[in-house]
Amino acid sequence: MTVMTPSSASLATGDPVAAVAAPEIPAVASRGYWGSVLRRLARDPVAMGAAFVILCIVLAAIFAPLIAPMDPFKGSMVRRLRHVGDATYWLGSDELGRDMLTRLLYAGRLSLFMGVLPVVIAFFIGSGLGILAGYAGGWVNTLIMRVVDVFFAFPSVLLAIALSGALGAGILNSIVSLTVVFVPQITRVAESVTVQIRNRDYVEAARVSGANPFTVVRVQVLGNVLGPVFVYATSLISVSMILASGLSFLGLGVKPPEPEWGLMLNTLRTAIYVNPLVAALPGVMIFLTSISFNLLSDGLRSAMEVRQ
Amino acid sequence: MNAPVRNAGVAAGTADALVEVRDLTVDFLGGRKPVRAVGGVDFSLRAGEALALLGESGSGKSVTLRALMRLLPEARTRIGGHLRVDGQDVLGLKRRALSAYRGGTVAMIFQDPGLALDPVYRIGDQIAEAVVRHEGVSRAAGRARALELFERVHIPSPARRLDAYPHELSGGMRQRAMIALALACRPKVLLADEPTTALDATVQIQILLLLRELQRDLGLAVIFVTHDVGVAVQVADRVAVMYGGHLVEVGSSGDVIGTPAHPYTQGLLASRITPDSPKGVRLATIPGAPPDLADPPPGCPFEPRCGLVVPACQDGLPPRVAVGAGHAARCIRVGEPAPVA
Amino acid sequence: MTASPITPAALAPSTPLDPRDRGGPAQPLLSVEGLVKHFAGKGGLFGKGPAVRAVDGVDFTVMKGETLGVVGESGCGKSTTARLLMQINRQDRGDIVFDGELLGSRALDLKAYRRQVQMVFQDSYASLNPRLTVEESVAFGPRAHGLSASAALARAHDLLRRVGLEPRRFGGRYPHEVSGGQRQRVNIARALALEPRLLILDEAVSALDKSVEAQVLNLLTDLKRDFGLTYIFISHDLNVVRFMSDRVMVMYLGRVAEIGPADAILTAPRHPYTAALLASQPSTDPDARLEEAPLTGDPPNPINPPPGCRFHTRCKFASEVCRTREPGLDPVAPAHFAACHMAVPGSGHPESPSVPMAA
Repeated sequence: MTVMTPSSASLATGDPVAAVAAPEIPAVASRGYWGSVLRRLARDPVAMGAAFVILCIVLAAIFAPLIAPMDPFKGSMVRRLRHVGDATYWLGSDELGRDMLTRLLYAGRLSLFMGVLPVVIAFFIGSGLGILAGYAGGWVNTLIMRVVDVFFAFPSVLLAIALSGALGAGILNSIVSLTVVFVPQITRVAESVTVQIRNRDYVEAARVSGANPFTVVRVQVLGNVLGPVFVYATSLISVSMILASGLSFLGLGVKPPEPEWGLMLNTLRTAIYVNPLVAALPGVMIFLTSISFNLLSDGLRSAMEVRQ
Repeated sequence: MNAPVRNAGVAAGTADALVEVRDLTVDFLGGRKPVRAVGGVDFSLRAGEALALLGESGSGKSVTLRALMRLLPEARTRIGGHLRVDGQDVLGLKRRALSAYRGGTVAMIFQDPGLALDPVYRIGDQIAEAVVRHEGVSRAAGRARALELFERVHIPSPARRLDAYPHELSGGMRQRAMIALALACRPKVLLADEPTTALDATVQIQILLLLRELQRDLGLAVIFVTHDVGVAVQVADRVAVMYGGHLVEVGSSGDVIGTPAHPYTQGLLASRITPDSPKGVRLATIPGAPPDLADPPPGCPFEPRCGLVVPACQDGLPPRVAVGAGHAARCIRVGEPAPVA
Repeated sequence: MTASPITPAALAPSTPLDPRDRGGPAQPLLSVEGLVKHFAGKGGLFGKGPAVRAVDGVDFTVMKGETLGVVGESGCGKSTTARLLMQINRQDRGDIVFDGELLGSRALDLKAYRRQVQMVFQDSYASLNPRLTVEESVAFGPRAHGLSASAALARAHDLLRRVGLEPRRFGGRYPHEVSGGQRQRVNIARALALEPRLLILDEAVSALDKSVEAQVLNLLTDLKRDFGLTYIFISHDLNVVRFMSDRVMVMYLGRVAEIGPADAILTAPRHPYTAALLASQPSTDPDARLEEAPLTGDPPNPINPPPGCRFHTRCKFASEVCRTREPGLDPVAPAHFAACHMAVPGSGHPESPSVPMAA
């Protein structure tokens, strides 16, 4: 019968565990919410693995000039499209005879920059707009959210391409167009979280204490909204990296000869039948980085969920 | 556990017992330390009997109930002891037998009907489906049984209400529908986990009366978990008081409420406000807080809060001491001449 | 917190007067007249549905230093009344007069009012910010009213001590690190941090275990005495309300059914609804088990209150007059009012003049 379906069984068992965990906690120095989130995150092997991969990629990009074996721009028409495992070119060489390992390391700089920066900017703008819309409600909410809806009418890939096309190619313009793509998404998440938080008893208690709205938002709302929005934003980094690579691939982002994973994928596509492994390497990097960001954000979300 | 006096109180008459629980322990794993939510519970119940498990939050009463239903998450809990219901060894049941046991032998109702009723199906269909699945009858027969059950739990205009979705019913009506669903497969034992706690008193008493009527008419054994002494008395003939994962006192409701033997029961009753409580007088309270189940006190679980404590209270769990016929308490000071204030 | 500058010097009561007191002990601290709040209902696809008449014309007063208990089933409007008094929701109609001053008038703006009226919510967990420590939560109000961080923290520590929580042990903890009873003590401390004169307790002890409930009730009694507070005590537990209250107001479907001295109402109720509520409380005497429910069915929906007396659909004594004419809240004894035709001579009810309630 329905009472015993596995789903209701698991639902039903959620609470006794919590109930027995309730009694007295010894008087220990409390480590705070974020401390306990980090502690739980540290116990998640997948998230820690992803964080390690991201750390390696970031360090490699930063220290590229020190660790890269060759010059990223110097090619050799004789030694084009060497295979992976070559004695000189460990990861082969590209269509202009430049060392792939060197270029992949250098490319991490621009690719990470273009993946992370739009999300960071969008995080601040989108959170601000979303919290304003969610907390103020009424016509402010209607105005902001309807504008956001307009942006949602377009698929994010199309929107990014259209904006970049209109603004013209270039790194700065790609960052602007990617930011515009992400602001509505973050705004919507921030707004929905704020609306939930706003009706909690503790926010009402703070409002009836006579504090001004700015103080209530700063002390009572912000900390509870930014967490979930932050998690969502981390998951956008992978999307941003793929979109940025896509723009470069289409010639709307980074211009040759600058190394960038998306652009490398584009220029190497002619070599796909000659040397498929080398041609795939930038794609592997994009995949590895974006999936690591996704896994880390998943881990962060589950680490933040636990209360008791 | 040190050999308790088994013949005292509820453990008597195991031959005709429908539900028999012996030395039940439940540990929750997964935390830094295992948490012993239930630390050795014994009771038995005959057909047609109603037992109230009375205790506060964290006492282990709900966990005991869910262990009987095998509803605890297997990966995170360790259940010890013996559970026999209607001749079946509950802890040994395999998947298919377990599924027949849940619903067919034992059914459960909850405080929140949302745990039992699926919000996207009509209630009548849910009951009919349960009947069809368990008894292999036709859809029409299942439907007819659903109607019969709705009449049984006194839902007005039952035929119309069968087509309602759970959210379309009022709180009391949803609770009745959940009881109908629990009875769909003719269980012998009904487990009730605070089913009336969220209801208004005027509706609560209706549901309690319904449960009493069903118990009498269908010969159900009922185990009713509650934190409310008044509710326990209304619904059950016998009361088992739980504290810190142990049954500290068992007996008929008249004995336990009228002449409580365990200091915890006494404290609980004294802190209750009754219509006769004099105004302006401070209420009696139990000092301190319930024990940390990850790190329980070595002896009697109530020892740190007890006003009658003696050094011997720290020497292991007190045995079950008979107070009267069918009335026992786990307290070494029971039976001492010293009167309890 | 600054004291109000206008204090009538003429009054010299025996108890020391609150410097903020204006009208003296005879003037009600709070009086509510014609309070109405209808919530727009959820309609179908288009437009709004029928309004939920949550509070539908409520008048009452709360005297200085007393505890007014409020009881009723869910949907009777008791929590909405509390939220209106707290101005979490604004009333559609009706006046709130606090110590002689009309709320919203020049003499009493919202901020000044809220400093004097505070509330403790039922859900101890939901009413504390999970990201703030206990002392930060308590210090928030004083801080928002301009106290320095250290002064606000000092007040928080003082109040935590007053509610029985050692500040050095508990102040730095987060809400999930303390028990339910302790959390509710924190909420009480938070409500007291602005030095209110009126404290609204909306089911403040209902979610607690009985032994913890008794501790918190004792605390509330002490605080009331020490701080000279006035309480509005909302609960569904009639025994607790009787224990705590001087007067009791019984609400049914957004209206006052009966209001009067606690002992009179809870021993000799004049409204059949009050009698049924009393009879529904489960007794702890195994020999006094109920065999029949005092009321059948659930409380009706406040969307469409029945015409005439709102209780007539569930009332054993309902007669023709109950279905057609709504009874007024009439005096039945000194300071005791009931909205029932049976309580008023000449109302047209067959049992009108002086029939004692059954049940």
